[in-house]
Amino acid sequence: MITAAAADAALSWNLVRDVRQMFAYSFMVNAFRAGTVVAVTAGATGWFMVLRRQTFAGHTLAVAGFPGAAGAIWLGVGATYGYFAFCLAAALLIAAIPTAGGATAGRAAESATVGTVQAFALACGFLFVSLYKGFLGGVNTLLFGSFLGITDGMVLTLTAVAVAVLAVLAVLGRPLLFASLDPAVAAATGVPVRALSVAFLIVLGSTAAEVSQITGTLLVFTLLVIPAATAQILTPRPALSLALTVLFGLLVTWAGLTVAYYSPYPIGFFITSFAFGLYLLARLAVHAHDLLGRTARTSHPAEAAA
Amino acid sequence: MSAQTADTGLTAMFDHPFMQHAFLAGTGIALAAGLVGYFLVLRAQVFTADALSHVAFTGALAALVTGVDARIGLFAATITVGFALGALGSRGHADDVVIGSVFAWILGLGVLFLALYTTHRSSGNGTAGVTVLFGSIFGLDASHAWEAAVLAALLCLAVIVIGRPLLFASLDPAVAAARGVPVRLLGVGFLGLVGAAAAEATQAVGALLLLGLLAAPAGTAQRLTTRPYHGMWISSSVAVAVTWAGLTTSYLAPRIPPSFAILAFATATYAVALTVTTRTVTAIHPPVPSPATSTAQRSPTSS
Repeated sequence: MITAAAADAALSWNLVRDVRQMFAYSFMVNAFRAGTVVAVTAGATGWFMVLRRQTFAGHTLAVAGFPGAAGAIWLGVGATYGYFAFCLAAALLIAAIPTAGGATAGRAAESATVGTVQAFALACGFLFVSLYKGFLGGVNTLLFGSFLGITDGMVLTLTAVAVAVLAVLAVLGRPLLFASLDPAVAAATGVPVRALSVAFLIVLGSTAAEVSQITGTLLVFTLLVIPAATAQILTPRPALSLALTVLFGLLVTWAGLTVAYYSPYPIGFFITSFAFGLYLLARLAVHAHDLLGRTARTSHPAEAAA
Repeated sequence: MSAQTADTGLTAMFDHPFMQHAFLAGTGIALAAGLVGYFLVLRAQVFTADALSHVAFTGALAALVTGVDARIGLFAATITVGFALGALGSRGHADDVVIGSVFAWILGLGVLFLALYTTHRSSGNGTAGVTVLFGSIFGLDASHAWEAAVLAALLCLAVIVIGRPLLFASLDPAVAAARGVPVRLLGVGFLGLVGAAAAEATQAVGALLLLGLLAAPAGTAQRLTTRPYHGMWISSSVAVAVTWAGLTTSYLAPRIPPSFAILAFATATYAVALTVTTRTVTAIHPPVPSPATSTAQRSPTSS
């Protein structure tokens, strides 16, 4: 499929013609539609995930889709159901377990639990794949994604879930922001911190399930974490950095899709590399800005170091 | 399956060289993973192992693409990144978001290497990626198994040598530093050891599942005892026991892959430990930074 697309896809100097040609294929149109939906959802959820420093839980939910999809294919059900069932189940599991030990179970115990859930989920995926004979080649697609063969129906499902996720985030947004930044004060002023954290894990699970279907379970994490990390380096203002996150997610996804269309190499590599490139640029820019600001503000080295 | 067939299966198990190799390598790797994992959980650095597991995948495939022994790429990548993570973070702790961004990209590189390997080396080995990700402990030959076991023994020795100061530095970094313990150096060195342990474990259960071998036995030990030395031995004993149980199960029921069986026993053990100790536990853990402090750390300091 990739070679068929690449055969008559050659870059010319006429950019408009090239874009037109790319969009003449319905699979590319669907890929861009799905990519856009997925990038917006992942950006919005990922922004809260990075703010709450729940990267480990996010990564675990992201990979939980793999056994879901593998199991669904083994049983002959649609992979979409598998993704959602397992990601949501893992979200509830992670939400439930840390409380089992009461208040004494600290960060150490929690991270051991999350790690065990993740490894066991992946092991189950491997079991399902082994039980389903002759499917070993499909593992790579499940893990690393494919932008080919996205149907109109899939785009519709993705959009529906995205609207639901974004609506929930819009409703929860303000209290969730408060609870994420200062849980102690939020709890004291009557914000249901615990319920919000469970609700957020469920949102994160749905997002992971949705994004997995395009990027593959191992690369969901890229779209969740890197655009948000980049934006939060650039500005401390919540609304602006949220907008930047979504923008970066979209840019990276569109660029990745376009380059992957013209290249024989997998899309996952391009999306992760573009995202990481932006992240490095942002870090460099902030660093340079700090240096310039320091030299401009003061000529006193001791003050600059303070 | 009746008890009798299981019995004859079990007595004949060690007649197969591949089972001998799997038990030899598996025991060593499990011992090392249990010991290293105990400190990893104690220091709340499990996410670092998660990152290293992805680095292991990329390292192994990079070696395969360039035609080098996969284990060289594996060890080079995980140990380098382990040291780097230790050096980047303050006091040997790197920020989770930074780690996440870096390993997401490294995994992307791994995908590229996988594509290069499957398209340019038409050796018919299209499942190399799957082998790296999920392990193939039954595929080890005698020399590989011995090398894995010896390396594991060296790793255990290293952990035992730095065990006492590392324990001190993990439980109370401030006091340890005041008493002259090189806290930062220990943190960096320890992550190097974690890198080596991750590369070892990749050979047994694969890059994606090594996290379970590091986290589940250590988590179990944390729930069962508050005494560090008991915890270390419980952790490695549990790791060895689940590995043996997993290998045996997979031998008796060949449709179940060994890495799944090992992980299933590890998870079950941890789940039992969690439920049994839910009421009584007062687990030791490093001082938990309150959410307020971590917020203060990342908000821009007012100048």
